[in-house]
Amino acid sequence: MKKVFLILSVLFIGATGYAQNKNAKATIEVDGVCGMCKERIEKASIQAKGVKSAVWNVQTHELDLIYNESRTDLTKIQQSIANSGHDTQDIKADDLVYNEIDPCCKYRDPQVVEDHLDDDH
Amino acid sequence: MKNFIYILLLLPLSIFSQEKIYGVIAETLDNKEVPLSGANVYWLNTSIGTVTDFDGNFEIPYKSEYRKLVVSFIGYKTDTLTVNGPKKIKHVLQSTANLDEVTLRSRQKASARSFIQSANVLNVSSAELLKAACCNLAESFGTNPSIDVNFADAISGTRQIKMLGLTSPYILITTENVPSIRGASQAYGLSFIPGTWVESIQITKGAGSVVNGYESIAGQINAELQKPSTDDKLFVNAYGSGDGRLELNTHLNTKVSDKWSTGLYLHGNMRESELDKNDDSFLDMPIMQQINMMNRWQYTDQEKGYVGFFNFRYLNDEKLTGQSFFDPKKDRGTTTAWGSEIKTQRFDASVKLGVVNTDIPWQTGGLQLAYSHHNQESYFGLNDYNIEHNSLYANLIYNSIIGDSRHKIKMGLSGTYDGYEELVLTENYNRSEKSAGAFFEYNFDNLGDLNFNAGIRADVHNTLGTFLTPRFHLRYTPWEKSAFRISAGRGKRSANIFTENQQYFASSRVFHIMGNGGKNYGLNPEIAWNYGLSYLQGFNLFNRKADITFDFYRTDFVNQIVVDIENPMEVNFYNLEGDSYSNNFQAEFNYSVFEHFDLRLAYKFYDVQTTYLSGKKQNPLTPSHRFFANASYETFLSKSGGNWRFDATFNYVGEQRFASTESYLSTIGLSEFSPSVSTLNAQITKVFSPNFELYVGGENITNVKQNNPIIGSDNPFGSSFDTTYVYGPIFGSSYYAGLRYRLN
Repeated sequence: MKKVFLILSVLFIGATGYAQNKNAKATIEVDGVCGMCKERIEKASIQAKGVKSAVWNVQTHELDLIYNESRTDLTKIQQSIANSGHDTQDIKADDLVYNEIDPCCKYRDPQVVEDHLDDDH
Repeated sequence: MKNFIYILLLLPLSIFSQEKIYGVIAETLDNKEVPLSGANVYWLNTSIGTVTDFDGNFEIPYKSEYRKLVVSFIGYKTDTLTVNGPKKIKHVLQSTANLDEVTLRSRQKASARSFIQSANVLNVSSAELLKAACCNLAESFGTNPSIDVNFADAISGTRQIKMLGLTSPYILITTENVPSIRGASQAYGLSFIPGTWVESIQITKGAGSVVNGYESIAGQINAELQKPSTDDKLFVNAYGSGDGRLELNTHLNTKVSDKWSTGLYLHGNMRESELDKNDDSFLDMPIMQQINMMNRWQYTDQEKGYVGFFNFRYLNDEKLTGQSFFDPKKDRGTTTAWGSEIKTQRFDASVKLGVVNTDIPWQTGGLQLAYSHHNQESYFGLNDYNIEHNSLYANLIYNSIIGDSRHKIKMGLSGTYDGYEELVLTENYNRSEKSAGAFFEYNFDNLGDLNFNAGIRADVHNTLGTFLTPRFHLRYTPWEKSAFRISAGRGKRSANIFTENQQYFASSRVFHIMGNGGKNYGLNPEIAWNYGLSYLQGFNLFNRKADITFDFYRTDFVNQIVVDIENPMEVNFYNLEGDSYSNNFQAEFNYSVFEHFDLRLAYKFYDVQTTYLSGKKQNPLTPSHRFFANASYETFLSKSGGNWRFDATFNYVGEQRFASTESYLSTIGLSEFSPSVSTLNAQITKVFSPNFELYVGGENITNVKQNNPIIGSDNPFGSSFDTTYVYGPIFGSSYYAGLRYRLN
């Protein structure tokens, strides 16, 4: 009886393991304003363990992610991005960290956003 | 063949013009199409546009020159539609929430050095290729200092290229990443790819990637050809030059179905006129005709992630040169007159298949298969030379990542077969070469300051043996807009000594192979290591973009088949004993002086030495100093989309050593070193509209000429006849004109 239970529980854990998508896709909004922001956002995303690919679009502010669901989740990823100074759709960056980023990247400032409108990155 | 060329001129062209186009723009909401109001609709590169009304309708003026209609709205993917006629337009915009990838566009420089890649790659776009009369690939490097171009000899009119001071056999030349100009096509292969077929060129200095094989030593040149889905629907280019050359190019591209596009590319060129301006009884440029046809099929299935290219190409090229009174039918094989004919027929077929895993986009696979048949029948005076080369190439590549996208890997398998049948004067040299190999390459990109590439391949080859080829590239960006690069790699190849040195058949020299029983013509394979250091810095000068590059490369031969022409009566081939190396330093400065005016300056230093039997010497006909300057200017676009473009290139080539002793050279009127040579080329293009442009230009405008380039031209069957003492232009100034017409 114990053996059956053991086998069943191993199988159960195994099954839940497979139910998690190793290549889950998600798109979230991340605020930023230029090519340097793109580098920072993508680097912060990739450094979050379990993220396989991160591509951020300067114009639409969308971050396309491919990540391993069993190792991380959107909250952890957004936290990593917020820690680098960029606001995400659920987690905002700490003011102290935001103030550290390059002046030309200060996306919360409407003047900076306007200055970047005719960029040709 | 001539008639075929004339038929190409009779292609029907008709243009309709009407006044307005009506259309409707919609979006998808809950699987239904709903009209989209407030969307922008405008013609690309114009100020003519409008906005859709509440029902998504719009009307916009139409002219046949307008062919790209842009539809955009915030939060939706901007689409550019190709409009062929004044019919009603209906288009559905996609919300950007569904996209996996977005394209960013900006004004790209015509030639751009990469700040990002680990390898030292220069990309030459089609805009750069249009700056000079790039009739074929050999002539497409005129505005680029990384490749040196000169004439191989005084009679065949063929251009020879060099990179890092080394001749083209040491450069891997690929067409869409498939090795193409090698083996029998090494000598004239660049003139077999018409300039208009080339979409862009990537020039890599130093050892290239392991993915393309083990043969590259000095660098790699890759030519991307026009693709049927992106090339113009109809493109015609007609060209004529003062030295009697006429060319006609026609491209026809069409979409056959949702996923298939096809293109037919036709090229014909000829020179009928006999010119002997320097009166040495030899034609300055050959009489020639070439017909070159390619058919491409492109398959794209974006949903499933499949891409396929199928190419077929046929070429027939004939050249006749030598003394102006030479009649091939009567004088061939006799000593009445000296003449040469080079007849080449070539057939190529290739397939490229690619598959992208749409769920996991970093997982891609590709298969390349190529077959070519090359047949050259030629003679140079009494020297016969024929070569037939059949070649098969197969390469299977798999791309993926380890962990995340900072760690990319490529691996694969490849196999090649080359069969050669050669007739050299009266001897036959037949051989076949087969190889099978596997490769692995790892790329690390920390998305910041470091990107490096480490690759290795292992090959088993029937004449080169079993060997490993390592390649390493690194790019480090310590501060903004900089790139430090290091590269190192090994290359190995079997030299085709006759085809690579066939210009010496047009002389009285006797060929000797001082062999050691090796597998390549009785000699050993060529092996070399290439090391490079490069520093690129972008900066602003008076608020304008500029960049400066310093490159240093060293190529060290472990073994080389030395081509020794020090004795004027002979050409000796033997295995290297001692040093043979090429040290090259290049400094290049690019500056956008003011809006639309770009300047490029470069200085190159070469120290290329080989240990000959007679001692270690500077390689013949390789200058120590070269200087290059290019200026290009274009005016702003007018309302009809027209403008003027101006381009000028200046080249200075320092003195070059002639092989042979000083005492012999003085008997033929030459000194140990050639004089330095400065040449100037310029071109003016008038663009009337996106559909039509005219261009005129001049090559060697200052009319610099090497007097009497042919030694012993009065006695070509004597013992001191030589057409290879060429250090500069043999033909004086030459002017040309042409037109380009496009329909979409």
